[in-house]
Amino acid sequence: MKPGTVAIVGAAETTELGVLPHLSEIQLHADAALNAMRDAGLKPSDIDGVATANTSPVAIAHYLGITPRWVDGTSVGGCSFMIHVRHAAAAITAGLCRTVLITHGESGRSGVGLTRAPVLPTSLVGQFELPFGTFGPPTMFTIPVLRFMKETGLTEEQLAMVAVVQREWAAMHPRASQRDPVTVDDVLSSRMISYPFRLLMCCLVTDGGGALILTSADRAPDFPTKPVWLLGTGESAETPMVSQMADFTRSRAFRVAGPAAFAEAGIAHDDVDHLMIYDAFAHLPIYGLEDLGFVGRGEAGAFVAGRNTAPGGRLPMNTNGGGLSYMHSGMYGMYALQESVRQMRGVSPAQVAGAKVSVCHGVGGMFAASGTIVMSNERP
Amino acid sequence: MAEPAPPKPRPAPKPTPETQHFWDGARRGELLLQRCDDCGGAYFPPRPFCPACASRAVSVFRASGRARLHSYTISHRPAPGFVPPYAIAVVELDEGPRMMTNIVGCPQTPEALVLDMPLEVSFERLDDAISLPLFRPAGAADPAARTRPGGPGTGSPDAGVRS
Repeated sequence: MKPGTVAIVGAAETTELGVLPHLSEIQLHADAALNAMRDAGLKPSDIDGVATANTSPVAIAHYLGITPRWVDGTSVGGCSFMIHVRHAAAAITAGLCRTVLITHGESGRSGVGLTRAPVLPTSLVGQFELPFGTFGPPTMFTIPVLRFMKETGLTEEQLAMVAVVQREWAAMHPRASQRDPVTVDDVLSSRMISYPFRLLMCCLVTDGGGALILTSADRAPDFPTKPVWLLGTGESAETPMVSQMADFTRSRAFRVAGPAAFAEAGIAHDDVDHLMIYDAFAHLPIYGLEDLGFVGRGEAGAFVAGRNTAPGGRLPMNTNGGGLSYMHSGMYGMYALQESVRQMRGVSPAQVAGAKVSVCHGVGGMFAASGTIVMSNERP
Repeated sequence: MAEPAPPKPRPAPKPTPETQHFWDGARRGELLLQRCDDCGGAYFPPRPFCPACASRAVSVFRASGRARLHSYTISHRPAPGFVPPYAIAVVELDEGPRMMTNIVGCPQTPEALVLDMPLEVSFERLDDAISLPLFRPAGAADPAARTRPGGPGTGSPDAGVRS
């Protein structure tokens, strides 16, 4: 994809976020999709491409009354939606379809109408990780961090600062689940979940969804919304087993996806005005800052503690409050993309003044996969 | 361990044709890895080809059972088969590959679980088909040997007798 040849012309979250026991997962997809179509002034008959994760794009297309020419069911965890954006851009550029709808809906808190496949005891994860007491992401995503701390000097206080700073951003968002300020002491005295991760270093578990609509640059000016141009994209995968990460202090998937997106966009780190790094747990922005090259090895903890990513800092990051404070239904990537789009449209409740380039970086599984999107409100 | 037995068992692995040899070995008290006959690399988890060079010429061999603690987390929430807090660890085997496991014969605390501490394999029998490779501090008593004297051990003749 040449930078600026595809644009996001529709974007919306579900009408409500939080605890939504009155909505099943597929209806969360649909609610977000209907909101995004209204945003873009489109009807289901205007959509000819559908992408989603966890559930099948067939189910979503049928439920919404769409006849697709192109479907993508890439389901590699919470960064699937970044990868859908990348695949949609390629499909639109190749002429496979014209208008793509990407949907996400997840009843992560209420568990109504779940679509996620269970981990089978015959899978490699089922044979070689599950028997040792892995029980949800807090017991898997967290495993590499002690090695990271030993090798780089990252401290628990610095990890806590990730949560403190993001709560400051969340306070500006009326739709954020958690908006009250927290201190490092609050974080470090919150309940231990999985050492060294305490409750406030772990993401929320909520219900919600989001949807995006993409089309080609020649059609983008016809839409009622301010186009958000794709500049560059990247994706990668490493391993479904966190125990088999090649290096516990670096994500190989991050280090493939991120540079690919920067190279395609033709941007340098100094060009980035706004950054989203998927934060299911407090260490993910730390890994992301280093693996994407915003800071050097072992510098991310001090960078965050030094308020560089906080309101007023030089690299505003996770300006919706992130998975730690805004919302996290299980696959958070869609919400990071939504905040990047809001920032590029200039409508975020925590708007970064004058922001022109946003980088949105996602992780899938437990460092299993990654997707990175660079977008701008200026067409290159 | 001294805790009462948890009501639910831990999730049991279900072997596939490509992993059966590993679980057969574990049942005999042997930790089996694979090595590529062409490029020489040892690897895990099991598969009938080399993940480094794609050669199908691979051999199964018995690992030393020695490892070092690479990283871990200590879960404070209940899980089937476990009494919290319990550590979920990744160890680096002397032969190179890493594997997830639990550390036994050792308090489940940050003070006792020190990164890079030397460890030895210790098998825990789940049922007739499955024994899990767990690890204990090197030189510590083998918890498996305590409960099953004369049972399949770690290949270490003095397992369970050193303090």
